Amino acid sequence: MQPINQMKLEFSSKSNNEGFARVVAAAFVSQIDPTVEEMADVKTAVSEAVTNAIIHGYENSNGLVRMKCILFSDAVEIFVEDDGEGISDVDLARQPMYTSKPEMERSGMGFTVMESFMDKVEVISEVGKGTKVFMYKKFNSLSKE
Amino acid sequence: MKVKISYKGSTLIAGIIGELDHHSAEYIRGKIDSELIKATTKNVILDFSKVSFMDSSGIGVIMGRYKNVSKLNGKLSVINVNDQMMRIFEMSGLLKVIPTYDNIDVAMNKM
Repeated sequence: MQPINQMKLEFSSKSNNEGFARVVAAAFVSQIDPTVEEMADVKTAVSEAVTNAIIHGYENSNGLVRMKCILFSDAVEIFVEDDGEGISDVDLARQPMYTSKPEMERSGMGFTVMESFMDKVEVISEVGKGTKVFMYKKFNSLSKE
Repeated sequence: MKVKISYKGSTLIAGIIGELDHHSAEYIRGKIDSELIKATTKNVILDFSKVSFMDSSGIGVIMGRYKNVSKLNGKLSVINVNDQMMRIFEMSGLLKVIPTYDNIDVAMNKM
C-alpha cells in the first residue's frame, strides 16, 4: 500500500499544544473522509501520546515534540516523538492504571486508550534519550473489499 | 474551557464546557474544588453535555473529585456522557464506583 500524503509537525512541549496537535492530526486525516467516530479515535489517541511526551518525557520542562502522519487511502500511521527522559520499563508503563504521577491525578490509562482506539501501538524508549510512539489505524469505513 | 456552577436544592451541579484534557484539567479541578470548600452541599453532579472532547485526563479529574466528595460523605455522579467518552469510562473501571445517568432529573432522584 502506497502512502498518498504525509506531514510533519514540531512544537514546544506546552500543554496548550495538546489541543493543537490533535486538531491538526484530525484535520489531516479528514481528507480521506473517515467517519466522525474514527476521527474522534485518532484525536483521542494523539492527545494521549502528546500529553505523555509533555508531562512524562519533558516533565513540563522545555523541549520539542515531533508528530508525523502518513496517510493511506484507508489508514493512517502516526508517530509521536520526544527527546525527553524516556521510559525505563515500557511494559509497566503500558499496564492499565499504572501511573508514575498519581499525585497529579493521572489515571494511568493513556496507553490503554491508545491501544483500544488504534489498531497498532508500538513504543520504543531509551532512558535519557526519549520516546517514540508509533500508532496505526485502519479506517474500516473506507476499506473496499 | 469553562465550568458553569449551579445548584439544585443543595446539590452542586458543575457543567463542564469545552475540551477536557491535561491542559484544561487543572482549571476544572480548581474551579470545582474551591466551590466544594465553600459550599454547604455534599453531593455533586458533573454535567458532561457540553464537553466536546475528553481523553484519559478526564478520568483523573472525575476520580479526584470523587475522592474529595467522598471525604465529605457526599455522592458524585456524572450525566450526559457521549459514546466516545463512555468507552473511556468503561475501560478505566470508573463505572464500578461512579454512576452515570442520562439526565439531571434521574441523577437528582438517585442522590
